[in-house]
Amino acid sequence: MDAVDVAVRLLAVLLSFLVLPLLVGQTEHKVMAHMQGRVGPMHAGGFHGWAQLVADGVKFAQKEDIVPEGADRRVFQLAPALALIPYLLVLVAIPVAPGGGVVQVLDAGIFFVLAVMGVGILGSLMGGWASANKFSLLGGLRTAAQLLAYELPMLLAAASVTMAAGTLSLPGILGVWEWWWLPWQAVGAVVFFTAGLAELQRPPFDAPVADSEIIFGAYTEYTGLRFALFLLAEYAGIVVLSALTAVLFLGGWHGPFADGLGWLWMLLKTGVLAFGVIWLRVSYPRLREDQIQRLAWTALVPLALFQIALTGVVKVVM
Amino acid sequence: MNALAHSAATHAAADHHGFLSPSGVEIVFVLVGLVTLGAALATVTTKQLVHAALWLVVALGGVAVEYLLLTAEFIAWVQVLIYVGSVVVLILFGLMLTRAPIGRSPDADSGNRWAALAVSVAAAATLVTVVVDAFRATWIDLADPAGPGSGSSEVTGTALFRHWVLPFEALSVLLLAALVGAIVLSRRDGDRDLPPARTRAGER
Repeated sequence: MDAVDVAVRLLAVLLSFLVLPLLVGQTEHKVMAHMQGRVGPMHAGGFHGWAQLVADGVKFAQKEDIVPEGADRRVFQLAPALALIPYLLVLVAIPVAPGGGVVQVLDAGIFFVLAVMGVGILGSLMGGWASANKFSLLGGLRTAAQLLAYELPMLLAAASVTMAAGTLSLPGILGVWEWWWLPWQAVGAVVFFTAGLAELQRPPFDAPVADSEIIFGAYTEYTGLRFALFLLAEYAGIVVLSALTAVLFLGGWHGPFADGLGWLWMLLKTGVLAFGVIWLRVSYPRLREDQIQRLAWTALVPLALFQIALTGVVKVVM
Repeated sequence: MNALAHSAATHAAADHHGFLSPSGVEIVFVLVGLVTLGAALATVTTKQLVHAALWLVVALGGVAVEYLLLTAEFIAWVQVLIYVGSVVVLILFGLMLTRAPIGRSPDADSGNRWAALAVSVAAAATLVTVVVDAFRATWIDLADPAGPGSGSSEVTGTALFRHWVLPFEALSVLLLAALVGAIVLSRRDGDRDLPPARTRAGER
């Protein structure tokens, strides 16, 4: 890998980091609207309001950047960056095509991805604490409780796949993937995706940001660009979670003509999962805080343990 | 025989490396170490409770980078996952649940400062002596992921489950005991219909 190659790959990561979350955001506008019998944004940019999010970005950039008087200034200002950057780093390790279609092959790639994603939550916690606002503090508390509850089933589900593949590297897992892993790892896939949704605080697990109860939780006091960064982190999180679920459980670039069209399969699977994330937002009401905790500890953790046992049994028998 | 060859190889490697002509990785290692040390000092000296937790993130992250520079990728990511992602989040959760004032906390000072300093200096001296003594002649070949001293997942896993299984299992039993203890301590007997105040007083 020479310098030009590295530069091109990093540029591709940066571009997809800038484009894909916006694409998901615009899809969310339109899909939600049509599911609710509306048309959504129609004016910005002309064709079906395609430039709505660009316009939103310009609006956010023009707003005044306000730091509350009682806030802890430096922590408050640092929080959005800490929430966003981990998702950019994670993209580096996700394989999109066979034969070197990944920016950096990591020996323990799956641990890298999960570890760095966990760091992003610190941004919400810092923002929630540093805002000097009751609602923000409540939001931060709920974020932390949710992370602690859902990190475990997510890790266990991911561990099941690594057991099945016998490697911790993401391209390595795809290298040995077979179609019958779909039914074999189905329970783990559901657990992983659900736990991921909860870590991203997407509906129905959006109690930490519940706008009608605690006014967007940790982000209450944020305006302008910093608020936009938090929003961007949420959509980047959707992209990363969908891509990761596709790689671990749906076979990533596997599909007909994978040699040439592998990246398209990967993109398609990621897109379908992202659509599912949006669909869930429109169709499920918000879970209460105790329901969120109960789901994690009484449903997802036992299911993940069952999946690990199943993986072990099949692995030994075969 | 193999071990002998290995130690001979590491000694030969050690002869090639001098301390006076550091490589780029060694320079970065020292710099990250200084940052980690500074963050650790800030953790214990800052007067703001939540800032202490956040400096702890920097210190633990710095240690993870050091692991990474020593080629122990798996250990590094586990360090981030467990310590930064879970332990610090738990600390922050506890702080926010009980008290998390913005600004200085005058009661965050401890009278045991000098005793703590003595204990930490003693612990650091012991650890530094042991580590330096154990790994003085060990060199890691950065280009060879499966070579002696490397920390790739495969090497780490083999060492853990082939040579260190007993300590590993003992640790898991210890953690299980802690888990059971925590459940016992936090449990309330639901079938006995006691008023909340008495329940709290009756807890062991």
